[in-house]
Amino acid sequence: MNTSPAAPPRSRSGQSPPLRILLPILVLAMGLVAWELVVRLNDIPPYVLPGPGLILRTLVADWGVLSESLLVTLVTTLEGFVCAAVGGIALALLFNQSRLLEYSLFPYAVVLQVAPVIAIAPLLLIYLPQQTAVVVCAFIVAFFPVLSNTALGLNSVDRNLAGLFQLYHASPMQTLRYLKLPAALPHILGGLRIAGGLSLIGAVVAEIAAGSAGAGSGLAYRIAESGYRLNIPRMFAALLLLSAAGIVIYGLLALVSHLVLRRWHESALGKES
Amino acid sequence: MTEDASLSDSAAGMTGLAVRLNGVTKTYDSGVAALGPLDLDVRRGEFLSLLGPSGCGKSTALRLIAGLAAPTSGSVDVARQPNETGGTHAIGFVFQEPTLMPWANVAANVRLPLELANMPAAEADRRVTAALAQVGLVEFVHSYPRELSGGMKMRVSLARALVTDPEILLMDEPFAALDEITRFRLNNDLLALWRDLRKTVIFVTHSVFESVYLSQRVIVMSARPGRIAAEFRIDAAEPRGEDFRTSADYAGFCRQVSAALAPAYEGQRA
Repeated sequence: MNTSPAAPPRSRSGQSPPLRILLPILVLAMGLVAWELVVRLNDIPPYVLPGPGLILRTLVADWGVLSESLLVTLVTTLEGFVCAAVGGIALALLFNQSRLLEYSLFPYAVVLQVAPVIAIAPLLLIYLPQQTAVVVCAFIVAFFPVLSNTALGLNSVDRNLAGLFQLYHASPMQTLRYLKLPAALPHILGGLRIAGGLSLIGAVVAEIAAGSAGAGSGLAYRIAESGYRLNIPRMFAALLLLSAAGIVIYGLLALVSHLVLRRWHESALGKES
Repeated sequence: MTEDASLSDSAAGMTGLAVRLNGVTKTYDSGVAALGPLDLDVRRGEFLSLLGPSGCGKSTALRLIAGLAAPTSGSVDVARQPNETGGTHAIGFVFQEPTLMPWANVAANVRLPLELANMPAAEADRRVTAALAQVGLVEFVHSYPRELSGGMKMRVSLARALVTDPEILLMDEPFAALDEITRFRLNNDLLALWRDLRKTVIFVTHSVFESVYLSQRVIVMSARPGRIAAEFRIDAAEPRGEDFRTSADYAGFCRQVSAALAPAYEGQRA
């Protein structure tokens, strides 16, 4: 960001990295303090609104059961994400090879995307074993961005480069491997970044649907269960874990994307060049 | 170029010719007549320029010769001498933009035509190094396109066209986007390469000065649909260099060619 090494240190610029990290943390701290104060000064009971301190203590105290549930949800998310990534990319490749297939199937991919997963989940739970149904939900929510982004990427190949491959009589497989896939890579990674967060949401939605049926062990199920028991601090603690998981998933995928693209793609070049 | 066209090479009496266009026209699906009818013989080893403003069909002519598009009527014949120079492909093409793969480094970009021809790695390595040496970029093998200047990118593009040791080099306004200083240097380097390698070069440009400086023959093309409006032989002493650029001869040729260009576009809106 600060490109010139000769530039004097800028303390009031508002752009220097420490300030950009410190300010949001300061806001968070102020918010938490205010929250704690409101709860204490008004003597609000924990089953209505627990303070941040109590939530943190609950997180530590219930870590055993919560971490177990977190692991279950993460595994579900991962399975749904991998299915979505593989399925979305494979389907986009098929569509790219065959117009006929694309015209026949693409509308149904859209239908699958626009149908609210919260409405599909109870149905899936009827017909599929619970763990499978949850993974399928995560897949349904996450696969469309991968499909549409990959399809877009495969179609956004430079026209002259395509001409060059034609000139040298490249086979369809060579064109795919050396031209289309690398050209689509930034789009594919963008799709995966969206899919990561969405597969977590899909897993949570399905777990809640499963939880209301009285079974399950994921974090979302813990939230539903704690709600029935009026264990509000644990609800907050589970929610905190879910949010943290979402942030970590996004961060990891963004990191992978950056590492893969850093040598050549504009999005990963930073500001130094 | 159709299969028929390539099969008819020997039958068409192509002796000494690299390219022959016979009554070639090109009409796009939209109904726009872009080219022709065009008759053109290009001698082997000749440096020929197609000169005209944007949209006169000169790039279309180049794409037809490259086989990137098929003519609406007429025939396009390209001479092929299998294994005569050990080349893996008869035609090299340099686009107006460098058209490099941004995800691949210089070596991989130059290597692409060989990779697509499944050439053994050792032989490909040797050729890539040789091609990069020809354009003076050996020390940049590991650079990525974004790290190179416009002129260097164009050199990489030229090296990629040369790496198959093609008989014919097609260049579509390759230096149009470069600054004049870089363009002059690349002009001189291209001339030196041509003197060394004696490729057939068909060079599309909209610059009178560039076409006269480089070519043995300049074809002035008329407005769309592109036809041959005039033809000039540039009989200047070889080798040409910066002296030629400032000579009275050069100025005279430029004046002649410019004079032919003007009536071809009378009534055309700029």
